Amino acid sequence: MNAADRQAAGLPSASPDTALRAETDAPSGTVDLAAEYREAGVGEVLDELDRELVGLVPVKRRVREIAALLLVDRARRKIGLATEAPSLHMSFTGNPGTGKTTVALRIAQILQRLGYVRRGHVVAVTRDDLVGQYIGHTAPKTKEVLKRAMGGVLFIDEAYYLYRPENEKDYGQEAIEILLQVMENQRDDLVVVLAGYGDRMERFFESNPGLKSRIAHHIDFPDYSDGELGDIAGKMLAQWNYRFDDAARRAFDEYIVLRRRQPHFANARSVRNALDRMRLRQALRLFEAGATVDAAALTTLTDADVRSSRHFRPAERIAECTAERTQF
Amino acid sequence: MRITQGAFSFLPDLTDAQIAAQVEYCLVQGWAVSIEYTDDPHPRNTYWSMWGHPMFDLVDPAGVMSELAECRATWPDRYIRINAFDSMHGWETMRMSFLVNRPAHEPGFRLVRQEGEGRVVRYTLESYAVVRAPEGERYTA
Repeated sequence: MNAADRQAAGLPSASPDTALRAETDAPSGTVDLAAEYREAGVGEVLDELDRELVGLVPVKRRVREIAALLLVDRARRKIGLATEAPSLHMSFTGNPGTGKTTVALRIAQILQRLGYVRRGHVVAVTRDDLVGQYIGHTAPKTKEVLKRAMGGVLFIDEAYYLYRPENEKDYGQEAIEILLQVMENQRDDLVVVLAGYGDRMERFFESNPGLKSRIAHHIDFPDYSDGELGDIAGKMLAQWNYRFDDAARRAFDEYIVLRRRQPHFANARSVRNALDRMRLRQALRLFEAGATVDAAALTTLTDADVRSSRHFRPAERIAECTAERTQF
Repeated sequence: MRITQGAFSFLPDLTDAQIAAQVEYCLVQGWAVSIEYTDDPHPRNTYWSMWGHPMFDLVDPAGVMSELAECRATWPDRYIRINAFDSMHGWETMRMSFLVNRPAHEPGFRLVRQEGEGRVVRYTLESYAVVRAPEGERYTA
């Protein structure tokens, strides 16, 4: 029963005193999940996740599932049902630029609001931060990072670099062992998220079964579709107070198709870099035109800004070449 | 004789929860927390052994508490203290220091009277534990 219902029914609204009683009476009582959900403020984070991140439907569903699990776990605890603290370590797999770091930040917020981590900060590290260069260097280094991450989330990007099977003297194994120990013994203090590209993470887990078994949630990040990348570009531009005109938007859609075929395509990150270059070209265009500019001119990226990208050029040249060849 | 030095030393020994709360205060202030231990607790002995590096950039006391647990397991019969260093310009010094572990039995200090020229007497303190045995064996039963 929420506050409005209470008032409608002529009941006193929940004072701290009644709240306290409700808690002590809990073993036989009930828990209002909807109220719990509202109080924890998890809804806002989930809505933000839905609103601000384009696509990623399976990821959002998994995050929602985890949030629901934790909420139910909390309710069970309040009622006094014995419950093992859920294991929260996760692995995020997906191609570059699919939003793994961003989602990790949101998950940290959710965990903090539900009380599963105390601070909700994210410490993002890679192999270099954990593994030392000489004997005896690795353990203090790894421990220092772990201590910094306590109370929050430790995000290990490209985690498979920790394990180098080709070099048996590699210190990565030492870091993994310390990591495992802390993941097991200090579950209340720290949530570890291992991130990396799908196939390499799979191989990494195969050679480190201990690590795989300690990770409860494996979340796979799909690539964005062309349409989603277009939406992402729109959102990024809106954030920076820029916009595409209609022709530019169409040109950008073509650009995404061309760019995806090139090597080192990194989804949203490539989009971001492309937009940065387009802003440069727009700035140069305005500067060289030398005329007075208004707000519309300063915020609009045109067709020309997009189409002068190098990814349009080779394609045209290829088209020219094939045209020449067919003439012979 | 119960040794009193650093903050809180006239209170009963702090519990782990109380130590964690004090460490949290230090971290909120932006101080770097470190752990030191010794078996020579003379009040003028400022050079205690360091337990690992000072811990910078911590957000939560859990990291300090796990180090403290390790230090206590290794040196159960030593004095262990937690220091908090403030690196802010104008301070650049320890802002807080308190004992978090002490040996089970503390024999205390003897007042030494040294007779000088004439009828001059110089007073100094001497730890019974330190006189009794070399380093490492002083507080073991």
